[in-house]
Amino acid sequence: MELLIGQTLSGLANGAIYACIALALVMIYKTIDHLNIAQGEMAMISTFFAWQLMEWGVPYWPAFFLTIFVAFCGGVAIDRVLFRPLAKAPVLTHLAGFVALFMILNSVAGLVWDFTIKPFPYPFGTSPFLGSSLISTHQAAMIGISMVLLFLLYLFFQFTRIGLAMRAAATLPESARLVGIRTGRMVSLGWGMASAIGAVAGMLIAPVVFLEPNMMAGILLYGFAAAVLGGLSSPAGAVAGGLLVGVFENLVGTFVPGVGHEIKLPLALALIIAVLALKPNGLFGRKITQRV
Amino acid sequence: MSAFLEAKDLDAFYGQVQALHGLSLSMERGTITTLLGANGAGKTTTLRAICNMIRTSGTISLNGQRISGRSTERIVEMGVAHVPQGRGTFTTLSVDENLRLGAMTRTDHRGIEDDIEKMFARFPILKKRRSQQAGTLSGGEQQMLAVARALMLRPQLMLLDEPSFGLAPLVVQELFEILGQVNRDDGVSILVVEQNAQLALKIATKAYVIASGRIAMSGAAEEIAQDDEVRKSYLGY
Amino acid sequence: MMDIGNTSTRTDPSAAIPARPGIGARFNVIVTIVLLLVLVFAPAFAKNFFVFQMTLWLIYAIAILALNLLTGSSGQVSLGHSAFYAIGAYTAAILLNETGLNYVLTLPVAALFGFVAGFLFGFPALRLTGVALAMATFALAVATPAIIKLHVFEEWTGGVQGLFVDKPRAPFGLPISDDAWLYYLTLAVGVLVFLFGLSLLNSRTGRACLALRDNPIAASAMGVNVALYKTLIFGVSAAIASIAGALSAIAIQFVAVDSFTFHLAILLFVGMVVGGIGWLPGSLVGAAFVVFVPNIADGISQGLSGAVFGGLLLLVIFVLPNGAKQIATWLSAQFGAK
Repeated sequence: MELLIGQTLSGLANGAIYACIALALVMIYKTIDHLNIAQGEMAMISTFFAWQLMEWGVPYWPAFFLTIFVAFCGGVAIDRVLFRPLAKAPVLTHLAGFVALFMILNSVAGLVWDFTIKPFPYPFGTSPFLGSSLISTHQAAMIGISMVLLFLLYLFFQFTRIGLAMRAAATLPESARLVGIRTGRMVSLGWGMASAIGAVAGMLIAPVVFLEPNMMAGILLYGFAAAVLGGLSSPAGAVAGGLLVGVFENLVGTFVPGVGHEIKLPLALALIIAVLALKPNGLFGRKITQRV
Repeated sequence: MSAFLEAKDLDAFYGQVQALHGLSLSMERGTITTLLGANGAGKTTTLRAICNMIRTSGTISLNGQRISGRSTERIVEMGVAHVPQGRGTFTTLSVDENLRLGAMTRTDHRGIEDDIEKMFARFPILKKRRSQQAGTLSGGEQQMLAVARALMLRPQLMLLDEPSFGLAPLVVQELFEILGQVNRDDGVSILVVEQNAQLALKIATKAYVIASGRIAMSGAAEEIAQDDEVRKSYLGY
Repeated sequence: MMDIGNTSTRTDPSAAIPARPGIGARFNVIVTIVLLLVLVFAPAFAKNFFVFQMTLWLIYAIAILALNLLTGSSGQVSLGHSAFYAIGAYTAAILLNETGLNYVLTLPVAALFGFVAGFLFGFPALRLTGVALAMATFALAVATPAIIKLHVFEEWTGGVQGLFVDKPRAPFGLPISDDAWLYYLTLAVGVLVFLFGLSLLNSRTGRACLALRDNPIAASAMGVNVALYKTLIFGVSAAIASIAGALSAIAIQFVAVDSFTFHLAILLFVGMVVGGIGWLPGSLVGAAFVVFVPNIADGISQGLSGAVFGGLLLLVIFVLPNGAKQIATWLSAQFGAK
């Protein structure tokens, strides 16, 4: 029983990170109708930035918040420089843009910081959380920080004017312009926020998976699985999907015999395929697929 | 005295296709003007041109201030509320949020809250449905919501694109009464595009008939309504 | 910077297919003949290592052609073809090691396996469209190495150790080196696949695919079974990628997990875009970049080739929306003017 609870909790810890990435994916998906394949790489490069700050002697928390800010600006810049000019371009052009971004970020990280694995500090250490053997302090921090972040985002979208304007611009850009919303700015804001969320996820998961240019590929896969499970268009669904996927992954790894750590990625893939085959609109989403 | 809204020599394009050919029109402050004509004549395009939502050349001015060339958002800030075809309702958002979106360009917090209450007084059905998703409203209710949303801007000019589309005759009647009130009581000038020419001519003071992207004729609404020739060739009733 | 207003028409895949608009027929024929002559006689003048590089180039061209066929005919994009490439490579290696089957015969078997895998994966995945589909295929690419390393398959795949394959010898006592023989084998397969691709695009099936790419709703109204065609074309494309993978196993004589990461899938995509989306001859140009850019760039600094490829993609996006095809069209117009 204790094992079950413990594994569920550490599943939730990973799941919180998947939830963040899934949410970042869904945010971009809702604002520009495309999935950002480079989302993981953006998070990775932000994490490297934080690592570099700490190497230079900046303490953890100032580095943490400065990174979030810089990631936000970077997201806005990516929108302005790369994707705004492509706004009316066909899907393939967008896809090429995402792939270009992916390759450049991945490559630049390798060029600047090389491809060796680097340790990343834990903000609160890894001692048992409040003396409990069920969950470590870092896992508790992963859950806690992500949930605070997600709750703040919820408040922002639900109860502020800009949040409302962003939702309106995402659902019906043309009508949004007709009530005076500067939709271009909302898209930039969406990019910035998605990038910042990714940075948080990256900095929280980096101590666990270690820092290197390809660290986010697997996490992105789980984030995508979570987003698909949540229906791709529902932010709440993405978060729920992330937590579910995290718990599912951990429980299968623990309790199904003959399944170890190496099953993780195939499992995520199987999950994506299963959801698409059985419940293509996800557990929480509206219609996302094109029936023909 | 120059007109309240004045459009001169508008050419508008969808890609390579020219939809308006040197169209000019003007309307006086505080009036209701209607644009009539067959499907595809260029009525909707004219409204879109005024809001700079389509590539347009020519000049448009509001209160003597040039608005052509400005961004849609800026034109809205200047007090032009455009209710597009299909009403532009944010169907996944609540009625309350839709109203707040209408006031997006305003910053007077108190005034916005007051106006929301005013809208609820004027459209009691919206108050009942205030936290409901707008998409669950009936067509008539959504049209009321669209008008209310436009009023939240405290507009000088309201552009309405086929407000009667898809509504039951009784609802249309009610809607046009409300539009008359809005015009009289709130002093909002209204430019309305309508398929239902008979009805539009009743509340309008001035009418333009558009054919193939040009003004085919214009005049006082009463005169147009009585001109059998125009009725038969352009308005089809 | 490109003219944004025009991009939508210029990069539209429909502009990229059929393959030969604007290219004068005579010019086309001359170029094809010259190219074939160069391809046939090159090994006679090149060192064995360079012949090997050219073999790799043709193998990548076949894999990129698989993508071109998919995107050019149905508008779907895959970032997961490294998976099918891997299936082909392992099929060939395992068959060679376990059964002693002739290496040429491993190719159709690899194609079959690739087709089945593509069909099975395509069936659920093709419910997604556009970038979401690309993302799903990307998930496949990311998971592929882990799948290969799974305990269940380890006995067959050799896990991280990989598998060694014997080098085929030139048969019938032909007076050419083994490398040259492999090159000619690859060239022959490549020409066959190319002709197959051309005829597929021009066949009834191809037309049905074009119809569904341009307007899926109308196509289904006309009785084209859209889901089936999409899945079939995905399967065919996977089969071709699988053939390329099998050839690579035979040519490199070694199959290992690290060769089939998502980087391979992305490289193939870059090759397609750079060559001109949907333009089959562009596969050769794209493959040249994929093979030779890393040789040069990574010699300068490890990881530089990724940046170069990213930069190439941006170049295509903003300056040359149709990639190499655009240059070819321009060249042929220059010659046509004479």
